[in-house]
Amino acid sequence: MNAGVISVEGLGKLYRIGEAQPSYHTLRDALASAFSKPFRALRGGGASGGYKPHWALRDVSFGVERGQVVGIIGRNGAGKSTLLKVLSRITEPTEGRARVRGRVGSLLEVGTGFHLELTGRENIFLNGAILGMRKAEIRRRFDEIVAFAEVDKFIDTPVKWYSSGMYLRLAFAVAAHLDTEILFVDEVLAVGDASFQEKCLNKMREAATGGRTVLFVSHNMGAISGLCSRAIWLAGGRIVMDGPAREVVKEYLSDRPAARTADLDRLRLKGYGDLVRFTGIYMEGPPQIPFLSPLRFRLILESRQDFSGLSIGVAFSNSLGVPVAAIVPRDTFSIRAGETVELILRVDGVSLCPDRYHAGFGVGFGGGTSARHDLDIVNGEPVFEILPVSESDIHISEWNTAWHGNLVLLENSIEVVARRGRAC
Amino acid sequence: MAIPVMHGLAPDVDEILIEPSRGWVSLQLRELWAYRELLYFLVWREIKVRYKQTVLGVAWALLQPLFTMIVFSLFFGRLAKIPSDGIPYPVFSIVGLAPWTFFANALGQSANSLVANANLIAKVYFPRLAVPLSAVLSGAVDFAVALLVAAFFVWSFGGAPSAKLLWLPLFFVLAFVTALGAGLWLSALNVQYRDVRYVTPFLTQLWMFATPIAYPSSLLPEQWRAVYGLNPMAGVVEGFRWAAAGAQTQPGAMLAVSAVIATAVLISGAFYFRRMEKTFADRV
Repeated sequence: MNAGVISVEGLGKLYRIGEAQPSYHTLRDALASAFSKPFRALRGGGASGGYKPHWALRDVSFGVERGQVVGIIGRNGAGKSTLLKVLSRITEPTEGRARVRGRVGSLLEVGTGFHLELTGRENIFLNGAILGMRKAEIRRRFDEIVAFAEVDKFIDTPVKWYSSGMYLRLAFAVAAHLDTEILFVDEVLAVGDASFQEKCLNKMREAATGGRTVLFVSHNMGAISGLCSRAIWLAGGRIVMDGPAREVVKEYLSDRPAARTADLDRLRLKGYGDLVRFTGIYMEGPPQIPFLSPLRFRLILESRQDFSGLSIGVAFSNSLGVPVAAIVPRDTFSIRAGETVELILRVDGVSLCPDRYHAGFGVGFGGGTSARHDLDIVNGEPVFEILPVSESDIHISEWNTAWHGNLVLLENSIEVVARRGRAC
Repeated sequence: MAIPVMHGLAPDVDEILIEPSRGWVSLQLRELWAYRELLYFLVWREIKVRYKQTVLGVAWALLQPLFTMIVFSLFFGRLAKIPSDGIPYPVFSIVGLAPWTFFANALGQSANSLVANANLIAKVYFPRLAVPLSAVLSGAVDFAVALLVAAFFVWSFGGAPSAKLLWLPLFFVLAFVTALGAGLWLSALNVQYRDVRYVTPFLTQLWMFATPIAYPSSLLPEQWRAVYGLNPMAGVVEGFRWAAAGAQTQPGAMLAVSAVIATAVLISGAFYFRRMEKTFADRV
């Protein structure tokens, strides 16, 4: 049965830039302000000077059916968080309307309302109540929450003595046990270390498969395409695309402007690129690559001198910026003064796990048996993402980079070579 | 866009309509009631946290009115020889100070409550009225302590409880309503004009001088007393002295004026608060 649980029609939210100006922090500020603009402020209906209108959301319409898990994607300032705030009734829309049917839980941050002076136990009840849980409900799930957070020894200690990891685990644990039919989640996965993020992601996966309706804002495209059946792409407060998550994510990622010469100058390591330099580095095809698929890059080089026997080096860094794999292909090429050469670099057998990566390229000599000498090094573009592929027979959907690293080891086997003792 | 037909929903699931509000909006008291557990937890948090990491803890609730009473008794009672309506000056001042301290603290707490809870307001939905309301409610514990101190002084100066004590809850409600009404105004204004933060202590001080705490309202000519009731706290303080300490001044007419004013402040404050509420999350 598919009843529409959320319907949004022509939703718009107008902010006046300047409204969100920093508040007075000192008496001096207040006095200075009081002398400079008392009447203007009072008459203008706000302690703000000139403002310019800014539509954080405009003409947003969509419907969500029961049990759908919808990812909201877009760059910073695209209106994603504003949309969740309006739907959670934290802030009012300026125009349009939305209907939400059912009990709503919104997790716009973890640990809202946590008080440092209160103990873990007290904060669980407080935070639960703030998130909209009934006291009886919290009491019923209390042990579960404590177990999930792994803080049972410190449950009666004020949270100000907690490590940041414990604090986050406890905060997320309360949120994760919020049992509402509708859930709005904003980037809570962006906090904590990788293993904590993975734990959150698993909890999200549970929520997603448990028949609940979820709106999920994230910059993590892997999470969006892994968890959501549908995605809505926002830009400048408007919907750019609304459809199956994989397709929307694909379009969104390929929308990234290709690296241009100016960008490459910014990414170039100091002191390199005088004789030979990269003038263009592009990803061939969309920068979103299914697990185990080949990577292909188009490289454009210019030179002031004649060189022969040049080779390319490439290194990949994961989403934390840690280099995780590299190769210097054996093939060499030559270039003459004033010439522009275009190459396609193809890397096969890539067993990088699902994550976001960026590439770095070098052009120079050696690297096989001799020391490497680079003439140009550019690091940071292009950015691409390896996506989990459910069809693959290798189980990578639960991959946790904190524990497992970024390389999936493909060739392996186990053989029982001895058995001792007696089976009952 | 067609609105999907509703079916298959449990009957108790309510539908929320989100749209821009215009002008004055209803108070939504029923929703506030639905969130009473959160209100309870907010009050509980205030009380729990208030005296954390203090050496004297809740004794502060006792010391505050006590020392003020001592200072008042020395300067106003002994030196300035201010009359005290036929009861000993220490009793006279402490019985007035108990409701006043509650009021002044409640006003200060509630005026600052929205700004102090900015994080909650920007991240979670709940009826915003709960914030200043919990700030005022949380003062009730301190008030209970102060009341015990006052009772002790009444008793040790030979006062005896009378049937008039039954009026006390009513006077407390009046103080509560006044504090909440003024607190609603100030907290909502504070979101927009942080000047309120500086105005509130000053306002509280002036208000104290306009309230018969150090002196009796009987110093005023008879015909002005009802006018004096325009300050609801005047009615409260006189009422407390009359009911608990056996002061001679009958607060009758003054009290009627006070009750009307306090109710007006509360209702107008609540509607103003609700009207400004939609801007809180964006401005706080």
